[in-house]
Amino acid sequence: MLVRPKPGILDPQGQAVESSLRHLGFDVGEARVGRLVDVDVATEDRDEALAQLERMCEQLLTNPLIESYEIALEHV
Amino acid sequence: MNGRAPAGEPKPVIPVVVWPGSNDDRDAVLALEQLGAVSRRVWHTDEELPRGTAAVVLPGGFSYGDYLRCGAIARFSPILRAVEAFAASGGLVLGICNGFQILTEAGLLPGALRPNESLSFVCRDVPLRVARSDTPFTSRCAEGQELTIPVKHGDGCWFANEAMLEELEEAEQVLLRYAAGANPNGAVADVAGVLNSDGNVFGLMPHPEHAVDPLLGSTDGAAILGSLVDAARLSLAARV
Repeated sequence: MLVRPKPGILDPQGQAVESSLRHLGFDVGEARVGRLVDVDVATEDRDEALAQLERMCEQLLTNPLIESYEIALEHV
Repeated sequence: MNGRAPAGEPKPVIPVVVWPGSNDDRDAVLALEQLGAVSRRVWHTDEELPRGTAAVVLPGGFSYGDYLRCGAIARFSPILRAVEAFAASGGLVLGICNGFQILTEAGLLPGALRPNESLSFVCRDVPLRVARSDTPFTSRCAEGQELTIPVKHGDGCWFANEAMLEELEEAEQVLLRYAAGANPNGAVADVAGVLNSDGNVFGLMPHPEHAVDPLLGSTDGAAILGSLVDAARLSLAARV
């Protein structure tokens, strides 16, 4: 699950990364810093896994006022 | 000490919730007791508030190490269910710093608290402006009064989107602002403390419990905590 600060939300960490990258000579635009949460879900059912991960994002992993999320599923 | 309870009047019970990582709970208890309340610390796994609770304080600190987002994990503790029920029945709830963060995460207060714009932890006295004096948390203040109270936080940058801010301004729920030019964290509209729409839940980033004794500099924090003790005492009288 990829959690990102929503567009327009001040992201001082992203700004610090952006300015460091520029210092290193990289020609970058805006940098934003989010959070990656890896979770093992104990189900073989894809829809069920997706539904569970969505609930995790809604209930705990994001604050909907300031963050958005994306879910990627991987079979292990 | 200003604002002691007159002798003989019943003292309101104002517990302070403790989470793993809370660190201002003892100061909060001490300040509330000095201002005339009966206070004690209650553990976050408790499912009920102490009998006769007239107000609750959620203290500062770093509950659960501030993991994920400040306050995001503490909001699921058993005591929060009791605090929510207490607030829903009109009970007075004050969140200080991490307590404010917990109340926003729990949806009891509007907005969210983000990392400071500077990315630095700030720890200093800040001048604040009180917007209203007709609330249980500011009755000892004058409208427009300036208070000096310390902040100490890394995630105090209060955020609300434009629509939400407009709504709050309209309803005069922004009780406390950093004085012009003194915003320590980049908070939207210089917001230092907000009230809920029902007027019984208040959260602020500055630490009034660290500013009640002349030995530590300012005693302006007593204006906030003393107001709460007064209101709690009144609610006690109303219940009898």
